[in-house]
Amino acid sequence: MRRYFARKLLIYALTFVAAVTVNWMIPRFMPGDPVAAMVARARVSQPEAAEAMRSYYNNLFGFDEPLWQQYLHFWGALLQGDFGISIFVFPTPVGDVLLDALPYTLGLMIPSVLLSWFVGNWIGALSARRKVLDNTVLPVGYLLTAMPYMWIAVILAWAFGANAGWFPISGGYSLDITPGWSTAFVLDALHHWVLPFLSLFLVALGGWAIGMRNMIIYELESDYSSYLAALGAPQRLIRRYAFRNAVLPQVTGLALQLGVLVAGALVTEIVFAYPGLGSLILASIQNQDFFLLQGAFLFIVIGVLIANFLIDIVYVVVDPRTRTGMAGGTS
Amino acid sequence: MSTLPDPAPETAAAPAAPSAPAAKPGSEWLHYAVRNPKLIIGAVLVVILLAVGVVGPMLLDNDNPNEYVGPQAAAPDGTYWMGTTTFGQDVYAQFVHGLRATFLVGVVGGAIAAVIAMVVGFLAGYRGGLVDEILNMLTNIVLVLPALAVLLIINAYMGVRSVAVQGLFIGLTSWPWAARAIRAQTFSLRTREFVDLARLSGSGTWRIVFREIAPNMSSYLFMMFILLFGGSILIASSLDFIGLGPTEGVSLGLMLQSAQQWSALQLGMWWWFIPPGAGITAIVGALYVANVGLDEVFNPKLRES
Repeated sequence: MRRYFARKLLIYALTFVAAVTVNWMIPRFMPGDPVAAMVARARVSQPEAAEAMRSYYNNLFGFDEPLWQQYLHFWGALLQGDFGISIFVFPTPVGDVLLDALPYTLGLMIPSVLLSWFVGNWIGALSARRKVLDNTVLPVGYLLTAMPYMWIAVILAWAFGANAGWFPISGGYSLDITPGWSTAFVLDALHHWVLPFLSLFLVALGGWAIGMRNMIIYELESDYSSYLAALGAPQRLIRRYAFRNAVLPQVTGLALQLGVLVAGALVTEIVFAYPGLGSLILASIQNQDFFLLQGAFLFIVIGVLIANFLIDIVYVVVDPRTRTGMAGGTS
Repeated sequence: MSTLPDPAPETAAAPAAPSAPAAKPGSEWLHYAVRNPKLIIGAVLVVILLAVGVVGPMLLDNDNPNEYVGPQAAAPDGTYWMGTTTFGQDVYAQFVHGLRATFLVGVVGGAIAAVIAMVVGFLAGYRGGLVDEILNMLTNIVLVLPALAVLLIINAYMGVRSVAVQGLFIGLTSWPWAARAIRAQTFSLRTREFVDLARLSGSGTWRIVFREIAPNMSSYLFMMFILLFGGSILIASSLDFIGLGPTEGVSLGLMLQSAQQWSALQLGMWWWFIPPGAGITAIVGALYVANVGLDEVFNPKLRES
């Protein structure tokens, strides 16, 4: 088990290094004169913002220093939590801007990812080898997985927001309420949360249901199931054993899907103008605020790495083989 | 399914392991293919959409789908089948051009990802040892990195002008799960007798891979390409929607983006945002369903009856 975690942590550490290196390299090696191009492209109205940008980039590139030194400086700033200054909301540090947006993204993602995983697995397990249920779950599942996240979000906003008027279709809370822990604000935020949550939940649901259905069918056809059936075990018991085996690849699948789920959350936030990382990324692209974009990139990578690690721990808990140092846990 | 591949990130329906080579697999597969409703429905839908994307733009009088040709914000009617945008652009013209761009990004992204996945997967699986360790580490790193986040940075700095370049970048970031699956399959094939025989007769690595190993998992490779194809389309549409799409031309994702940007939702212009999303869903959904059908055709265990 120690070897399993050591290997995982090594991969995550290397991934983080790779992400930071990409972040450092791309502005550095992009064609043309990066500093001039970016300052010109930014079209910042405030002169101090333009000056901050120029000096930040000159500092970042540090043309008089050798490459390895520039790279080390980049890491040094990063490890002190310095992601640069945002142009879009000048002069707030990028780290602060991102930390303000983070609760909204997490509040949207964590419930929708977990709930769709549980409900999807449950539906999939129920529908396996049950003709009537299967015939509805499969087509609906494929339809849902094939939908682009932003499209289902737009449709929900159109149907339940613009047409029915049941839910607000933009923002994380009403503009006349100041964010805080008052009952009015929490209820209002929940009201705004329903539609983005629902669209994230629905798209992911189909994939989990189909995956679980296929896995259960595979397990029900395996030797141990036939053996149990031959012994006269009740169908319920056989299904329970199948479920426990089938859930393992679904846990691994959750880790593999994280990137797709994050991408889905980002575009869903953009549809609903939800004040999370997705909307910040959109704003940073529209305002050519590259520090903010790079900071958001690192935040996402760190988030995905933490989530991966948590899933690894869950895997050790649900799969006894990893604890005894046997096979399993290949992700 | 003898060895279980990892579930693909784009869909949990992972293709099955390659079946043992039959006497005449081609004719047997064909026999089951024409009798598989899932494959037929999916394939027909994909072909129809492809035909619309290829032929549709040729039948239009105007080469530029973004030109302001009609009345502003008009609902669908006889002249403008899918209505017009706030600026008087013909939504139908954008849709057929967008379908073409969507297929292009799927082919380019899927093909590049498939080639990288095959090179990495075959090499790691067949060579093993240190090569495997290094390639496996690389695969795991790219697998954990969220592809869209990397593409955000790349596209924002580089700027993407054409659909093909967008497909290239997507292909470069979306190969890892496929590489891992191929590696696992190659691992199980490389100890078979016919591979040993080829090795004894002095064939080189790539000759063995392409003459002995790849043909035995061709069905698997084909299904993997379909999943990569669909995945590329979905990633491209997300990138377009965030505003990092190709700056030239039109795609289904860009249509959704401009509909969002100009508040089609609030104005109730459903004809602006329904068709592009429906187009993406139809292509990707049809590909997935056809893939399940193919799985049943290639894998005798999954066949019904």
